[in-house]
Amino acid sequence: MADLEAVIGLEIHVQLATKTKMFCGCELSFGDEPNVHTCPICLAHPGVLPVPNEKAIRYALQIGAALNCEIAPRSIFHRKNYFYPDSPKAYQISQYDIPICGAGRLGEVRIHRAHLEEDAAKTIHVGSSGRIHGSAASLVDFNRGGTPLVEIVTEPDLRDPAEAAEWARLLRETVRQLGVSDVSMEEGSLRVDANISVRPVGSEELGTKTELKNMNSFRFLQRGMEAEYARQCALVEAGGAVEQETLHFDPASGSLTSLRSKEEAHDYRYFPEPDLVPIVPTEAMLREAREALPELPVARIERYEKELGLESDPARLFGREPEMAAYFEATCAEAGEAEPRTIANWITGDLTAELRKGDVDEDFTDPTVPPASLARLAELVAAKKISHGSGRKVLAILVAEGGDPEAIVEREGLAQMESDSGELESIVEKAMADNPDAVEKIREGNGKAIGAIVGAVMRETKGRADGGEVNRLIQEKL
Amino acid sequence: MTDLLALTALEAHEAMVAGDLDAAEYTAAWRQAAAGDELNAYLWRDESGAEAPAIAVERDCIAPIAVKDIFTTEGVPTTAGSRILEGYRPPYTATAVRKLIEAGAPVLGKTNMDEFAMGSSNENSAYGPVLNPWDHERVPGGSSGGSAAVVAGGLAPWSIGTDTGGSIRQPAAFCGIVGLKPTYGAISRYGMIAFASSLDQCGPLTRTVSDAALLLGILQGRDPLDSTSVGIEGGIALPGREDLSGLRFGVPSELAGDDLDAGVREVFEQTLKQIEALGGEVSEVSLPSSEHGISAYYVIAPAEASSNLARYDGVRYGMRAGGDGDLIEMYETTRSEGFGPEVKRRIMLGTYALSSGYYDAYYGQAQKVRTRIAQDFDGAFAEVDYVVTPTAPSVSFKLGEKSDDPLAMYLNDFFTVPMSLAGIPAISIPAGLAEPEGGGPKLPVGFQIAAPAFAEQRLLDAAYALEQGIGFDARPGGADG
Repeated sequence: MADLEAVIGLEIHVQLATKTKMFCGCELSFGDEPNVHTCPICLAHPGVLPVPNEKAIRYALQIGAALNCEIAPRSIFHRKNYFYPDSPKAYQISQYDIPICGAGRLGEVRIHRAHLEEDAAKTIHVGSSGRIHGSAASLVDFNRGGTPLVEIVTEPDLRDPAEAAEWARLLRETVRQLGVSDVSMEEGSLRVDANISVRPVGSEELGTKTELKNMNSFRFLQRGMEAEYARQCALVEAGGAVEQETLHFDPASGSLTSLRSKEEAHDYRYFPEPDLVPIVPTEAMLREAREALPELPVARIERYEKELGLESDPARLFGREPEMAAYFEATCAEAGEAEPRTIANWITGDLTAELRKGDVDEDFTDPTVPPASLARLAELVAAKKISHGSGRKVLAILVAEGGDPEAIVEREGLAQMESDSGELESIVEKAMADNPDAVEKIREGNGKAIGAIVGAVMRETKGRADGGEVNRLIQEKL
Repeated sequence: MTDLLALTALEAHEAMVAGDLDAAEYTAAWRQAAAGDELNAYLWRDESGAEAPAIAVERDCIAPIAVKDIFTTEGVPTTAGSRILEGYRPPYTATAVRKLIEAGAPVLGKTNMDEFAMGSSNENSAYGPVLNPWDHERVPGGSSGGSAAVVAGGLAPWSIGTDTGGSIRQPAAFCGIVGLKPTYGAISRYGMIAFASSLDQCGPLTRTVSDAALLLGILQGRDPLDSTSVGIEGGIALPGREDLSGLRFGVPSELAGDDLDAGVREVFEQTLKQIEALGGEVSEVSLPSSEHGISAYYVIAPAEASSNLARYDGVRYGMRAGGDGDLIEMYETTRSEGFGPEVKRRIMLGTYALSSGYYDAYYGQAQKVRTRIAQDFDGAFAEVDYVVTPTAPSVSFKLGEKSDDPLAMYLNDFFTVPMSLAGIPAISIPAGLAEPEGGGPKLPVGFQIAAPAFAEQRLLDAAYALEQGIGFDARPGGADG
């Protein structure tokens, strides 16, 4: 049987960080006493009407612009009808066939749509299961009810759980950098559901999908998808068929339980919301949404890779961490000779390691090592005034105490040995004489054996020798 | 005292503004009259006395008013005629009522109605039917039956109701008063308990066209709490037009009505002659899709209602029954016991019409018919200034006469539904008396005039001129039979 690949699409709910709810004037809150942020409208008293939050519409337009979505010139709200205590109207105001944001793209993944809707209230089921079935009672907290949400739906463009989780991180960063949401999975302001199916590699057809819910961290998201991928593969390989259902992932046990099958699927009886008029964004609103966009991760990663010659890993790290990226750019601006990719390596490699060692929770807007100092250090190494090893020592001092890199080099006697002084040459000769076995191995063609001699030279010079020069001298002597 | 109650609301208003009438005395007289309700027209009356009205009076120059029990009133029972809202006291007041209070009109009471405004006879109220002041064995019409009966029966100087498919105009016709359904969007719906959101509209029920104009002027306006409200540009002035010269009135051939009662037809034709006598021009117009109005209406309205009424689940307010079992059991028991049969019928109808696989055939199709009907009116208004019809196919019928036959009941709205679907304003004015089919004392007949959207001023001007021409001055006898 051919190998099976996963086909994954994501549905991401983003709570918008507006001041008030989607359709009433109640304040948004997290962690407050239950049911204090409520009014007749969000409690669905008889006779109330929704009035849309203009800020939420503007935020949705910003998300649409960031995801390169087509913006609908006229979109409408629908009612999604269902009975449940978390929905006081017994319908959710959402968008259906004409969402505010249509087709778009983020990185390699196509966006199907992004639409505006309201969040449900929070239900807490009293009892051991934590679910409504078998609970002694259910409590409802309407504080969350009516919070503005943007639901982003991707095309099924993702092919494995790790890739899907990585893309979800990119999306979170993109939305976070827009400043329109707290995007905290833990607090529920970012919620990711996954639609998963499997098919033989090379097939273009889509298999029957399942929907996976309740993954409140990226780690659980990936683990949940992996578990479901494995389950479907085992099922299909055993000759079975995947059934359409909604699954709940329990991160504690790693198990998947069915929430409802296709037969139990709701008929939401969608119809246009008669209490609201269409959303018709003005040209000015669209322009403002576009102009409000900062440089977003995808664009920054591309610029760093193409224009600054950064490798993929540091480019993506800076894409995710805008403050770190700003620090990187400030350092580049201060540096003369040092290449951006060298500076990137200093930041993502030695500096990060050194900060971690010192248990520093780095805030790159107020960095421990000022960009000018790091730039100076990188230049010293690039100009071969000090070795890379000495550079690391200087960096450790910069992190621990601060100071001027050149003064530190002077004080610590780290200046690189002049290669034409003859001093280095005699140290190399002595090291070769002390390690005849290594010399023999090199002669026999074992290039790796040179390390022992270089190491001895470095120990002797306390790292002040230029590694390249040491190598050249050894080869010369051989 | 009788003299005070004989004043129209406009006359009283002018007298109060001029200082010739004491507002407190006037309000007290109406409170006393309202207390004599023998029609089951009020579900709640303000019995607190003039010194301390339940709702504060800011300016005492507008006549007190009866309010259909579909409008929320803070702290005052609001049931929408349903058992499921028994004991409910809303935490807020509807915009329309707030505007009345701010204008100085104290709320006399809340009037009985068909449950959630679903009905044409007021027999669907959970609190018993309202009696027609002209004949206590007959219905006042519905769903604003209480609001019509209090005005016709001398229990309030005027009132407000709601009209979804004819619920102001038909009871106004059955009770011999004026009822106006404004353009959709003219008056805020905030705090008006929803039946069918895309059709519901608040409007006045009054003794005279001038009173209707005065009331509409207070009620209309854009409300930030209702996204669909726009108000009427330029407001509303009191009508003063004496004749109808140069105005064209179209009678839709499709609404000629084979099922029209002979007496109603006679009054309608007399009224057309009256229009001509006042200088108006009467011609035939075509509204080809309007005869499908009832079918479309009885898909759209129940569909919206099925969603609007889903919130009554016993969880947060109102009645709760059951609850010993699980959540679903509580929902089912509450809704089974809380809703009456007509409401249940429409919830089921609407749920079905919106269901996956049936949506296009029912709701989608009905919306297309609705668009066609609106286009028909656009076409007609290119040729005439007004479209006129009888308000209802018959005069008031007897209690129980149609309550077992929903289809016969629905046909009461045949003439009023097309204007609701088109969202345009229409007024019913009393045009004369006719003997009911099967005999008996004569009962009022309504004449309906419709105008283009937001042309309320022109509509009221013509209705006023015709009202003066007709000179309808019959009053209910008040005695049984």
